[in-house]
Amino acid sequence: MAIKTEEMVLNMGPQHPSTHGVLRLELKLSGELITGVTPHIGYLHRCFEKHCEAMTYPQVIPYTDRMDYLASMYNNFGYVTAVEKLMGIEVPERVEYIRIIMGELQRIASHMVAIGTNGLDIGAFTPFLYLFRDREKILSLFEMTCGARLLYNYMWIGGVSHDLHPDFLRLTKEFIDYFRPNITELNNLLSYNKIFVERTANVGVLPADVAINYGMTGPNLRASGINYDLRKDEPYSIYDRFDFNVPVGEGKMGTLGDCWDRYYMRVLEMEESLKIVEQAIAQIPDGDVHSAIPKRIKPPVGSIYHRVENPRGELGYFIVSDGSMNPFRVKVRPPSFVSLELMDELCKGHLVSDVVAILGSIDIVLGEVDR
Amino acid sequence: MVGMKITFKHLFVPEVTIQYPEIKVPMAERVRNRLYVNMDDCIGCDQCARACPVNCIEIETVKSLPTEDLGKTSNGKKKALWVTKFNIDIAKCCYCQLCVFPCPTECIYMTDVYEFAEFEREDLLYKFATLTPAQAEEKKNNFDVFQAEKEAAKVAAAEKAAAEKAAAAKAAAEKAAEEKKDDSKTDEE
Amino acid sequence: MYDIILNITGSEILSMIISAALPLFLFILPFALVAVLAERKVSAFMQDRLGPTRVGPKGTLQTVADILKLFQKEDIIPSEADKKLFNLAPILVFAGSFAVFAAIPFSGAYIGTMADVGVFYIIAISSLVVAGILMAGWASNNKYSLLGAVRSVSQIISYEIPTALVILSLVMLAGTLNMYDLTNMQTEYFWNWFIFGGPATGIQKILLIPFMVVGFVIIYISTLAEVNRTPFDIPEAESELVAGYHTEYSGMKFAIFFLAEYANMFAVSAIVATLFFGGFQSPFGYIGNLLGAEWMIPIEQFLWFTVKGLFFVFVQMWLRWTLPRLRVDQLMALCWKYLIPYAFVNLIIIGIISLI
Repeated sequence: MAIKTEEMVLNMGPQHPSTHGVLRLELKLSGELITGVTPHIGYLHRCFEKHCEAMTYPQVIPYTDRMDYLASMYNNFGYVTAVEKLMGIEVPERVEYIRIIMGELQRIASHMVAIGTNGLDIGAFTPFLYLFRDREKILSLFEMTCGARLLYNYMWIGGVSHDLHPDFLRLTKEFIDYFRPNITELNNLLSYNKIFVERTANVGVLPADVAINYGMTGPNLRASGINYDLRKDEPYSIYDRFDFNVPVGEGKMGTLGDCWDRYYMRVLEMEESLKIVEQAIAQIPDGDVHSAIPKRIKPPVGSIYHRVENPRGELGYFIVSDGSMNPFRVKVRPPSFVSLELMDELCKGHLVSDVVAILGSIDIVLGEVDR
Repeated sequence: MVGMKITFKHLFVPEVTIQYPEIKVPMAERVRNRLYVNMDDCIGCDQCARACPVNCIEIETVKSLPTEDLGKTSNGKKKALWVTKFNIDIAKCCYCQLCVFPCPTECIYMTDVYEFAEFEREDLLYKFATLTPAQAEEKKNNFDVFQAEKEAAKVAAAEKAAAEKAAAAKAAAEKAAEEKKDDSKTDEE
Repeated sequence: MYDIILNITGSEILSMIISAALPLFLFILPFALVAVLAERKVSAFMQDRLGPTRVGPKGTLQTVADILKLFQKEDIIPSEADKKLFNLAPILVFAGSFAVFAAIPFSGAYIGTMADVGVFYIIAISSLVVAGILMAGWASNNKYSLLGAVRSVSQIISYEIPTALVILSLVMLAGTLNMYDLTNMQTEYFWNWFIFGGPATGIQKILLIPFMVVGFVIIYISTLAEVNRTPFDIPEAESELVAGYHTEYSGMKFAIFFLAEYANMFAVSAIVATLFFGGFQSPFGYIGNLLGAEWMIPIEQFLWFTVKGLFFVFVQMWLRWTLPRLRVDQLMALCWKYLIPYAFVNLIIIGIISLI
């Protein structure tokens, strides 16, 4: 005779210490095992896409900052290169190098937050604070260049807003030398820690074909073993001049594509970004950064879809222009939106504590999901 | 165990905290904090208001009379507009710096003041115009009067011109008539 | 202590109550206050930051400010909660933690009660906490609290087994359950401490040392789990269950849970120190003996006891800020699949060695 059991619905509500933003997860539990997860989003919707239709092209840039607020430089990068492609503007070499340096430094800063909060959800309080102390150094580098610490409005159509500060290259080099041993310390403290490995290995396994079917990109896809990085496969800007590896998951501590792999991808990517910044600093030419900025930004009639490799995946901009000063439509394809859809797949059959670990490992930012 | 060694080592690393109200972090040179407008240099061109993505700047200007002298801006240009209203709602401002670049005289810029919290929301509407409301009214009236006079003068001048034209036409017609009479006279002889 | 008060008051019951309850108010409550501050400062220094610095010189009065704040907060009881159980739960947890101190020898001249079954009493009374936590979780009428309480209960009762097994092996070696006698057996210099084999001599002692160390590690981990400290702090995991079984408590009741946790921490540290590291005995002999001042010895012993207890509390805090949290099923697996078999094997081997 079977016992009649009921499913319990538990609500990890919009106010929760460990959902990364305002996200509501409805968990269906039977005992402690999860049978279904439904994410409810929309708490941070700010009508970005509709708003862009009332702005001129340069005025849209501060708004793109605020979508994924932990990787603002990359949002700017994507939008600006899309408009430049539409208008056919060639930017000077120096601008390209500056953009790549800023983008990669931003990638390091964003991964610091992702790794730190992943550890924090699992219970390791200390690496979070060490990473934030290091992140402050990157933010002060950005403050020296453009004046703001989080939402930069730095990359303009046709160039960048300020040239590099005279001390910037020297201080960046010091930061690289300072940060490299810290990655080793982080690995010793958190990555190879037996308890952390037990918590995250074999949890939330994402097979490669499921990932491709859902449209995942970025470190989450690479952790499942697929070598796909927009910087190498469809190089935009001048990424083809740099020599760096693309870390791919190997299933070192458990199955291929589990949470530990996704977490470790980010640690390896920080190391690779340091390499890119070093090479860019060595190769940067002189030049004028404002020379290609057009007086009036009026793209010809047409549309374009351009994508860049955000720290979280593939960020795509689809811009439709009707020949006037305001864009007709700006649509954004955010990587976190796609990653969030996978929560249901990944969480089936795990415990409640694993939901938190999985959510931390796929690294979403609600500003991007809701726009 | 390795982790424990790391945290133990960090017990002896000096702290990175900065005790805020007593010690403040020195700000970088290009930092973007509160906006400031130097009204002596403002020529009222409205470029900053047009560049702002959140429409936080409101500007109203009045044309000056040709007889008035508003002085020069710091790079030598003569000012031609009275700025009667220049409001920046710093609560709306998103600190994006897009208003600083279009200004031809570089009179609007971002300072490094970041402790400007107020108790009332209305205190965050910064009014930069240097004319008092009475003065602003006066300038407006002046301009309206001037405009009206100009209109009247224009109308008068138009009438006068029309009258003159009519007189000239009449004179020309009379002259033509006289010449015709002369011609016919010579024809007769 | 008992005799002194007996002479003063002449009533047995009163003197018993006073002599057992006095350490609570003179020692444990100030210790709990200091421990809260110490935790914040230790965690801050490990994370390269300053802890509380504004209240009092270098932040020393921070806990006083916290307790005052908790005093004057509104006492919220959820409307659907079971009022009697809700109010009773903190008291049970408090009682369970503090009653343990009655049997721990603080110094040569003072012990709360000279019960001949001291060790047995300690193991038994610390289980009262379980009932309190379950009541707190159930009466809160909150799914999260119930989950937290159920997890906590299963954790505590599972980890009592390795604790009891290791204590059993020690008791087998020593032959007495009385804590005072156990401490007195470890007298005269540190190689008489139980972790180094105890007062046995010769080959028995050398053989015993590795098994005693294993026993110490097992009991330290088990007692960490009993007090719900990281890496075993599932019941109060902030990022998962928003403070678990004491989510719905506010004001003074929350303060009681808070203080009871720190008192419990010191209690288990004191037990481990007494059983394995000599309790109030000094490792080198007494200065009082050197100087010929006999009255100084109890004070010195008290000082040594405090130092050892505080050292183990510091190690508990150190572990908290280094290690991430274990998941519930991993916690249970650790207990039943690893600690209990090892404790059993340890018990058998120590038993064999003690026959030599």
